Parts: sequence; C-alpha cells; structure tokens
Amino acid sequence: MFDDTDRRILRQWQAAPDLSPAELAERARVSIGQLARRQARLREAGVVRGVRAVVDWAALGYVVEVSLRVTLDKTQGSAFDQFIDAARAVPEVIEIQTFLGRVDVRLSVIARDMAHYQHLYRSKILTLPHIADIEALMHVARIKSDEALPL
Amino acid sequence: MDLDDIDFAILRQLSLNATQGAGAIGRACGLSQPAAWRRIKRLRDAGVVRGLRLQLDQQALGFGVTVFLGVKLATKGRVSLEDFERAVSAIPEVQTVEHVLGLYDYRLRVVARDLPDFERVLRRRIMTLPGAGEVEANVLLSEERRPGPLGADPL
Repeated sequence: MFDDTDRRILRQWQAAPDLSPAELAERARVSIGQLARRQARLREAGVVRGVRAVVDWAALGYVVEVSLRVTLDKTQGSAFDQFIDAARAVPEVIEIQTFLGRVDVRLSVIARDMAHYQHLYRSKILTLPHIADIEALMHVARIKSDEALPL
Repeated sequence: MDLDDIDFAILRQLSLNATQGAGAIGRACGLSQPAAWRRIKRLRDAGVVRGLRLQLDQQALGFGVTVFLGVKLATKGRVSLEDFERAVSAIPEVQTVEHVLGLYDYRLRVVARDLPDFERVLRRRIMTLPGAGEVEANVLLSEERRPGPLGADPL
C-alpha cells in the first residue's frame, strides 16, 4: 500500500510539518503535483490524521509537570471507566494513558507552581475514584520530543 | 504573556487542526481574518505554540506497539547524563526522552512493529546504553490528549 516515495514524503513531512509544499516536494524529491496527490491519498486512507499545534505550557505559566502513575482498585469492573471519566473533568490533566503492566493509568498533570500542584493533587487528583496506589514522577527536562515514527 | 479567552479559543483550534487558515479560525472564534491572523502570529512569536506535529496512524504504518520505559541509571555520578541522553536520543525507535525525578531517572516512549521487534530494540539498543540500569516496561493500551486548561469556550 505504501511505497518508498510515500515513506520519503512522510519522513520529510513529519520532520518539518510547517514546510511549504514547494520545499517539502523538493526534500522528498517529487514534483509538487505528485506531492499533492500523494498527500491527499494518505489523508483519505487515514494514514495522515492531520497537523496539530503543540502548546508550550511552560510559556503559558504552567512550569510544573508531573507524571502520575496510578494503580486502580480493579475489584470493581467499572473502575477504569469511572476513573478516566473523572480525570477528563480536570482541566490540568493534559494526557491520559492506559497500560498493560505494573501501572494501570498514567496522567500528565500541569501546574503553575508547586503550591498550585499541591492544591490540585489534594483537591482534584486524590479525590478521583478507585485509586489503590499513586506514584509521582516530576518532570525535569524534555530531551527529545518530536514523536517521529522511524519510517 | 497575558492571554484572554479568545487567545485560548484560537489555541484550542490550532491544537485540533493547525492547517486551518486565519479565516477559518477567525470564524470559529468570532474574529475577522486579519484580527485572527495577528493573534495567531503573536501566539507563535511568543513561543506559546512550540511547533507543529504531523499526526500519523501508527498502526496503519506498521507500528503496532508503543511501550513506555522507566529507566534508572546504574551508577549515578559516574555516568555522564549527556552521554546517556545523546545515545538514547539517537535511537530511531525512541520517540521521546524525558528526564524525571522519582522512581526512575528517564522516561522513554518507544515504538516497535510488534513485541518481538520491541524485544530486539530493548535488548540491542536500550540495555546496551551507557549507564542504563533497571528498566521497567509498560505497554500502552490507549492514549488520550486533552485540550488542557485553555478556559471555557467564549462562544
């Protein structure tokens, strides 16, 4: 379904999503017409879902980021759904992931400072339903964050 | 930087679909095209928009497995963090590297075609990193990115 040209386009496109079509076509070594056709086809096939902007929360004053690894009390069948629904209602939760492994759910929580984080943790996180155990990893630095696929 | 509810609405629009023009974003946020354009430019110039990301269906592209690894450095103090960070960042399957404080020193997001492929990456590339000690793996089942604290929609 994908050939080397598609991969080349995707590789260059994900490395620099804000290139103009002319620049992207040049880097991927295709004509602009070919690029447009293939991009349209990749979008139609659902391989490319879109381009989104990444918000820099620190620039908005949210300098604290904490990764909360949560183990749920799974004796209740609906624990996952109820926990996730409640976590969605907390605006400072920017990511919800579920896992197979030692951790059940991970939340990424952002806060303006440690006092704000402490307030969030006590009033909005610890009050989420079905928590059996919770562990925190404090974010220090982002070393690599492009999330590119090795195409 | 002081942002109002309209800026937040623009940020929400951009984080859903950054290919929309200023005209479309203006219509969604109740602004004229030039006014929307000025605000978008101001947000980008201030670094509030860190960049753009192409969203791909990784399953369709053959990457069936995403694993998060918690990595502890084996001999703290002796290993150079820079050496570890440089080596781990150079692994193509490692999508993100975060330095964290707590149970682990680093948190990695790793993609692979399937579990045997993941095992290959883990054994040949991660376990052999300079200073890598204890590693914990959790296989990602589902993932949801939330809009974050961007205020209530003014419209």
